[in-house]
Order: sequence, then C-alpha cells, then structure tokens
Amino acid sequence: MLLGISFTLWVTLLLVFIIVPAIFGLSFGIRGLYMKTLLKVFKWATVRMERGAKEKNHLLYKPYSLNSIIAKEPTSLEDELKEIRRNGSSRELDGSASTTTGPSPSSSEFEMSDTFYFCRRGIESIVDDEVTKCFSAEELESWNLLTRSNYNFQHISTRLTVLWGFGVIIRYGFLLPLRLTLAITGISLLVVFTTIIGLLPNGRLKNFLSETVHLMCYRICVRALTAIITYHHSENKPKNGGICVANHTSPIDVIILASDGCYAMVGQIHGGLMGLIQRSMVKACPHIWFERLEVKDRHLVAKRLSDHVKDKSKLPILIFPEGTCINNTSVMMFKKGSFEIGSTVYPVAIKYDPRFGDAFWNSSKFGMVNYLLRMMSSWAIVCSVWYLPPMSRQEDEDAVQFANRVKAAIARQGGLVDLLWDGGLKRGKVKDAFKEEQQKIYSKILVGTQADRSRS
Amino acid sequence: MGSRASSLLREEDIEEIKKETGFSHSQITRLYSRFHSLDKGENGALSREDFQRIPELAINPLGDRIINAFFPEGEDQVNFRGFMRTLAHFRPVEDNEKNKVLTPGEPLNSRINKLLFAFRLYDLDRDDKISREELLQVLRMMVGVNISDEQLGSIADRTIQEADTNGDMCISFNEFTKVLEKVDVEQKMSIRFLH
Repeated sequence: MLLGISFTLWVTLLLVFIIVPAIFGLSFGIRGLYMKTLLKVFKWATVRMERGAKEKNHLLYKPYSLNSIIAKEPTSLEDELKEIRRNGSSRELDGSASTTTGPSPSSSEFEMSDTFYFCRRGIESIVDDEVTKCFSAEELESWNLLTRSNYNFQHISTRLTVLWGFGVIIRYGFLLPLRLTLAITGISLLVVFTTIIGLLPNGRLKNFLSETVHLMCYRICVRALTAIITYHHSENKPKNGGICVANHTSPIDVIILASDGCYAMVGQIHGGLMGLIQRSMVKACPHIWFERLEVKDRHLVAKRLSDHVKDKSKLPILIFPEGTCINNTSVMMFKKGSFEIGSTVYPVAIKYDPRFGDAFWNSSKFGMVNYLLRMMSSWAIVCSVWYLPPMSRQEDEDAVQFANRVKAAIARQGGLVDLLWDGGLKRGKVKDAFKEEQQKIYSKILVGTQADRSRS
Repeated sequence: MGSRASSLLREEDIEEIKKETGFSHSQITRLYSRFHSLDKGENGALSREDFQRIPELAINPLGDRIINAFFPEGEDQVNFRGFMRTLAHFRPVEDNEKNKVLTPGEPLNSRINKLLFAFRLYDLDRDDKISREELLQVLRMMVGVNISDEQLGSIADRTIQEADTNGDMCISFNEFTKVLEKVDVEQKMSIRFLH
C-alpha cells in the first residue's frame, strides 16, 4: 500500500510540475532558483580549495586553455625572411665570396637561418595550437563538484568531500532516475502520438497537431536534461522555406532548438531506437532522412534540400554546417553545401555555460549512451540561444564566402572564436595543400630574385 | 582524463625540471597539461603520431625535422622530461641569466645550444657535418615542388662555398656558427612564454 501511495505521489508531482507545464510551455521558475543556489555552492567550493592550496603552499592549477602559455609573434614568413636578409647576412662583409652583382641588401639568396622561422613556428604550435583544444572539453575556472572537471584533487578538504558526496547522492540518486523517467516518457509520447497523427489526412489539422506534439515532447525532453535555456531575439525565428544553421556542440542542440520552434530535421537514417523515432516522426511531418549511401551523393542531397525549401508549406530545415561536434569555444569551418541552395539562411548561435555540466560530446572518447548518462548526471545544462537576423547570399559572393560571413556572425554573437580550420580534423589529417602554400611562398622569395640576376 | 593531469606530476619532478630547464613552476604545470592533452594514448609519453596530429605542425614544411628533434637517437617515445628539455632550447635568454649558472655547463637556452638545435635540424645523421645532400634535403622540404633540382643544387653549392672555410665541402658546426654571426639567434629561436 505504501508503495502504491508513493508511486501515485511521484506520478502526480511529475505530472503537475513537469509534464503539464511542458505541454503549455510554462514554467514555475524552479530551475532558475536551482541555478542560483548551485552557483553559490560552487563559489564556496572553489574558495575552500584555494584556501586548502595556500595552506600547503601550492599554486592552484589554472587551466591552460583559458590563459595562453605563450604569446605568438604575428610576423609573416615574408617579413621575417626579409629582415634576416637585411640584418644578418654575412655576404656584405665577404664581398669576394659573393657572386651577385645586383642589389645585395635585399637579395634573397638562401640563408641558413631561414629555417629559424619554421622552427619557431613549429615549436609554437607544439606548445599551443588553435585546433586540438577545440576537440576536448573546455576547462573551468571554478570547480563544479563533478569529478570529471576537477584538476586539483589533492587540495580537497574533508568538508568539501562531504559536499561532493552529497552532490553524488543527489545527482545519481534523485536527479538521474527522475530524468530517465522523463526521457522515456517524452520519447514514448513522441513515437506514439506522431504515429497516430500520421494516420490523419494531410491538411491544416495534421500540421497543427504535429507541431503541438513535437513541441510538447521536446519540452519534456528538455526537462529530462534539466536544460535551462534563454532564448534571445525570438523575432528572428526561422520561417518556412528557410534554412536554420547553428554551431554544433552536441546532439542536444537539436532538442534545444526544436523545443522552441518547429523544424524539419536532416540526417542519416539509423537503426534501432533512433531509427524508430525517425520513422515515426516523418509520418507526422516531412523530415529529410537519408539512406547511408545517399549521403555521399552531394547532388542528391542538394536537390532534396532545395525541393524542400521551395515548398513554402514545409517547415524550415535545421542544419549544422560544421559537420561534427566542437567544444563550444570556437566555430570551425562551415561546409558550403547548405549555402549553395539559395534560400534565406537563419543563423542561430548556441552557447553553453559549462559550469553546470559540459554538453560537448567528445565522440572519440565517449559513445552515445555514456554521453547521455553524463548529461543526465550533471547538475543542469544551461545555455543561451540567439536568433540572428536572416541572411541571404549577395550577388558578388560565392557559397564559401557566404558561409564564412554567416560563421563570423554566429561566432561574434556567441562569443566564440572564429576558426578557418575544418572540423573534420577531429578525425582526419590536414590537407597537404596548406603545406604547399607555405612552400610556394618561400620558393617565390628564393627564386624571385634569381630571375632578376642577369648572370648566374 | 585531462582533469587529473597536474596531480600526476610530483613536486620533486617539478623542482628537477626547474633546475634543468629554467622554466618556472607554473610554466611547468601548464606545459604538463599540454603534454597530457597531446598524449592520446595516455601512457605518459608522446609518439611521433601524437605530434603529427597537430594540424599547424603537420603543415609546417620542416614539421618532421622538428618532431625528430624531440626524440633521442633511435627512440620513438618521448617522456615529459625529454619534452621539456627540448622546449627549453626556446626559452628566451634573460639578461640576468647571462651571468647566473643554473647547472654546470651551458644552460639549455644559450645561443650555442640554440644554434646546435638548428644545426641538428640539417645534420640528420649526426656526424657533426652538414653535407651537400643534407642541405639539399632541407631545401627541398622548404620549397616543395616549386624549384627545379638544378636550381636547388646551385643554391646548395653556393651556400656551401660561402660557408666552407676548410675545404671539405661540408659545413661544420663552427663554420655554421660563423655564418650566423650577425643573426639575432637569441630572438629568432625563442618563444615568449608567459609567466
């Protein structure tokens, strides 16, 4: 009997506080309060750790990614080589050994010190480079009571350990089961309802119901992750016939955006649970799912996307042009495919607050299930979403320039670093073309004045 | 996991590295964290692949030679001590250090040692001479496919001719040093480490 009562209580609480508001898009403000309390606790924890470190006379470890280890010299290859030739050449002294009779101070014969530039640059990149740090989780200033983000293990006092212990109990004993229940509810409702709606004839009623159901289920999922999202500039929300592009940090990005608006998703068809969800979703409204082989065919992909945007009754497409998850400190190269289609682009910037739980999915380190478990056992996922004003391709720019323009706008709004590197570097090697560029520049400096010389 | 990085480095190790290389305490812990983040295999040592994973290094024409400089003769793993020892060559020379002697012998970042580092970039077989072949190899790495063999050959010949003082058609370390007399090696082969 006790079991029955507690179960009913549990379900009622769940219903009242979470599911009903999710359906109507309302909020009790509980999560805001939760956030503020947590921040106070984290601050206290960090202060204690600093105190503990001072007692032992150590320096508290500060994450290297926040403050640079080195200051890089911004000189270019040409400038540096010219300088070497101006200042350091021993040829002017030893006139007899020189074979040139042309203007020697700026003559660009090979100098043995030419290697110095490449050497220094190489060592600089070993100590600190732009790319590798994008593919691992961002490090935090203050500790958030999660083991996974702690670097100063030896400085924890007893009180802090107790607090951490409490944290573990709350997160794994209370939050995790709660979240799992919600997630399961959300997904089941999504599958069931969309299948039912799929039976209706196409028309306004179907669209309306489909949108309502999608929104409701995504909102339940949002609560399943305790995601606290702030939306800015909702007047710029994507409209039908447009393409929404956003920076990619994790699969959760989809849930975050889709709980505030309705989108047509694009993706590869998976098997298993994912596949089931995909198949039922597409019954209620048209999403764009590709077979594995079709993904390679760029023309096919482009055609399906442009057919979709031409139909104004269909929802805006949601695309992540980076192609892979980046750790939310920078934005990497946007693939130009979505920018060639020629419809209006609605950029969206998503910035997570890593203090409550790092949303970045390091797919080379963790699988999907492991990742979701980590998500659901964090304190919360806090993020901001900015809807930027729509952009279209100008007359004089090509797809790549347009993509870079959109990328710059997103990086600027989200406070992220704008990088030109390809997200594919997470797994693949860098193209030789970049090395060849440098070689070409150097060769020009060497050979350029060879051509000037009349005799050799 | 990168989060445990600093706890694996013991105080005694930090002190020893400090004496040997001249880096400060915080610089050493920071570089340890960097070392750890490059160490994908998490076995406390870096392999050549770990270095090649850095895109900016992979596109550096002399990338392979620079990576080579980290690995002692015949070995293909470098531990943190070795990593720091090599990086120490690029520490800037501070004025007040010119008179201080940290360890018996030259500090790792002295002008001579910087020049030795650069010399070794050319001298692959470590016979203390840069032969015409070795010079050509480095030249080829730096120019790629853009200059013909003949042109490159004549550049190499000219360079050796000008540097060679004892007529053995190779550049010894002393001849190398003489050629680079007027070059501000201390500045060109240094990296500005912050605190």
